[in-house]
Amino acid sequence: MTREPVLITGIGLVTSLGEGPEENWTALSDSTGTPVLDTTGFAPFPVHPVPALNLDRQIPKKGDQRQMEPWQRLGTYAAGLALDHADARALVADMHLVVAAGGGERDIALDEAVASELARLPDHGPLLNERLSTGLRPTLFLAQLSNLMAGNISIVHGVTGSSRTFMGEELAAADSLRIAAERLAEGRGGIALVGGAFVAARWDMLMLYKPGGVLLEGAWSPVSQRAGGGIVLGGMAAFLVLETQSHARARGARALARLDEVLTDASRRRRPGDVAASLTGLWQRMAPRRAAGPLGVISGATGALPATAEEQRFVAGLSPEAVRTPASRIGHGVEAAFPAHVALAALALFRGAMPGLLDPADTGDAAPASMLVTGVGQWRGEALALLSGVAP
Amino acid sequence: MKDSLGRPLVAVTGIGTVTSLGFGTAENWAAIRGGVSGIRRITRFPTDHLRTTIAGTVDVPGEVAGNPFSSPERVERMAAFAIGEAVAEAGLGVPGAFPGPLFLGMPPVDVEWPTRLDLTRRANAPGYPGFVAAAAGRHDIYENYLFGGVGERLADRFGTRGAPITLTTACATGASAIQLGVEAIQRGACTACIATGADGSVHAEALIRFSLLSALSTRNDDPTKASRPFEKSRDGFVMSEGAAALVLEDYDAARARGANIIGIVLGCGERADSFHRTRSNPDGTAILGAMRNALADAGLRPDQIDYVNGHGTGTPENDRMETFGMRAVFGETPPPISSNKSMIGHTLSAAGALEAAFSLLTIRDQVLPPTINYDEPDPNVPLDVVPNVQRPARVRAVLSNSFGFGGQNVCLVLAAEPS
Repeated sequence: MTREPVLITGIGLVTSLGEGPEENWTALSDSTGTPVLDTTGFAPFPVHPVPALNLDRQIPKKGDQRQMEPWQRLGTYAAGLALDHADARALVADMHLVVAAGGGERDIALDEAVASELARLPDHGPLLNERLSTGLRPTLFLAQLSNLMAGNISIVHGVTGSSRTFMGEELAAADSLRIAAERLAEGRGGIALVGGAFVAARWDMLMLYKPGGVLLEGAWSPVSQRAGGGIVLGGMAAFLVLETQSHARARGARALARLDEVLTDASRRRRPGDVAASLTGLWQRMAPRRAAGPLGVISGATGALPATAEEQRFVAGLSPEAVRTPASRIGHGVEAAFPAHVALAALALFRGAMPGLLDPADTGDAAPASMLVTGVGQWRGEALALLSGVAP
Repeated sequence: MKDSLGRPLVAVTGIGTVTSLGFGTAENWAAIRGGVSGIRRITRFPTDHLRTTIAGTVDVPGEVAGNPFSSPERVERMAAFAIGEAVAEAGLGVPGAFPGPLFLGMPPVDVEWPTRLDLTRRANAPGYPGFVAAAAGRHDIYENYLFGGVGERLADRFGTRGAPITLTTACATGASAIQLGVEAIQRGACTACIATGADGSVHAEALIRFSLLSALSTRNDDPTKASRPFEKSRDGFVMSEGAAALVLEDYDAARARGANIIGIVLGCGERADSFHRTRSNPDGTAILGAMRNALADAGLRPDQIDYVNGHGTGTPENDRMETFGMRAVFGETPPPISSNKSMIGHTLSAAGALEAAFSLLTIRDQVLPPTINYDEPDPNVPLDVVPNVQRPARVRAVLSNSFGFGGQNVCLVLAAEPS
């Protein structure tokens, strides 16, 4: 099969710093800026909450809003932002969709009430059935289903070319972008919407990540200053509109950057150095496609050790002209982090400038000719994305 | 050999299956041909206060009565069995080193009640802050419930290459996993891969959630009669468990190594629906689109399809819409259609993979599996559903339908090896 270049023509981005590429770029260009944090609501875990959204702008029907909980609303909202940014509303019928998803919100109050009532009863099974049968809202099931973020994007925005949902934390995000881009490059459609969303301010998410021992507790600090490592979860959503070059040119679409390649792997991580070796292997396959000129890096360092230390060693070994660590400003967004970081890389190429210094260890400044995005899963998964600039 | 669009042909060289009828493809296929139901009363947990008390559960070896496996543990064990059987049949690679990637369709998972109650008992504070604090150091909880956990462990066990992809498209999940595998071979990313769909979600909360959507049959009195696809008195689907795995292989590579070719995945079609979260658009656009896209991808005309392995869930809505799709795509004389779900229930994330597996065996053995419990025809379902008993037939190509909640529809065309 022949391969056609794939361009990024739209970005839908929501982080704790704001919504849209402009607002986020402005905030992230300020090297003296500070993170938006909630340090009390989920203590001892600091989290980056997403701002209140004017949902009516992207999800006009109240009935649709009611069928979702915050996670699906956030993703559906950001997907709409991406369609608007790409001026692609008229193209949704044949647009392909790949979403990287976690799980939707549980009913926290119901969980707590049922758990406290039942925990010390000897034979709690029948009562559990009764409490859940009367307590669970039917719509909550659909709001919890992972593939229903994609379902809601189809319903609210009309994206119906195809719909796939990948699961698996950070790696799912990188693979969703990889597969979406490969399908376009080989001629399976002309335009695709890909991304994910993550709500950090949720006890049920902390319930999943705390037992992994990966979360920072107590006072916040930037990634490079966390002595024992640790992730600060960050609410965010990022969707990208990808288009083949011919499809974009035919409709006169503005290209932000070219997505040259996405590669992923999953080291078993049995020995120290395995993560760095995995990344090095991916880079050896990718490097021949690197554009001549300055290389900027958007580091996907999460803060989890030892993955973050190995990722930083790999990046340093490339001697890039500039490195930025978004997790130090907006936190780690799990399934949404990789597309958010690719969005920042595309904006850097489009604007001909790196974002501001986001972490004390960030270095360099340059108008990048190519951007490398690293993604290192807190537990598994290594990924790289390479982007280059396009002539306006 | 290339297909009609110039892409490498994709062969199936190994099949593994687990259903409520048993472990292993020979056992499952014999029971399905014989019209045996795997639906039974739920004994895994108390069913007091539940509207539905039946399911197609799978008893996974190693499970202790009163202390059932969690859904991800069940999915992992059933998928491991199916993959092991498929890889052994394909005879590809060496144990622990399969020469290709893994595509795993499975349901989303979530910390379950036994764990939540256990953490409540250990907690020093009420509610979630207490549960979360009590979970410190419990790496077992983390690895079990991470969405990537099952895929990682299966990739490790079978030594598949690259990053495993875990996916969900609701009831179309198994078919989507096969589609991703087919695409990977077509693009030359690999010459072989494993595509799996697995589901093991029969626990109280999941059953209640489906029940609250009014999706499940409540015909509890005679479990084997509860799943009644296309039949007049059908009242919902029966929630079930199972797994299927296919070894997909570049046809030329499979031939070159002398592998036994079970069949071909000739085409894949998909179309998303924008109508409603649990219902298809009454105009049938998405269902028709998926069916027609699969035919076009396979390079076949409708009259070249000899049999349809239906989605056939037994909900009033699905079977009516599927009938509409059959008549629209195939006209006045559609090919026979039958539903494996009449015997094994709706295996959810596994269904698309199991039904693709049974479609391939339909072609191999030249026999159509029946739709059981077909007592009274529904005048609104004017289809030949292969009622109650298997039927010998000439079958060269099968269309397998999968339509999911959330509007994710995938159809596959399975075909005989080119002569």
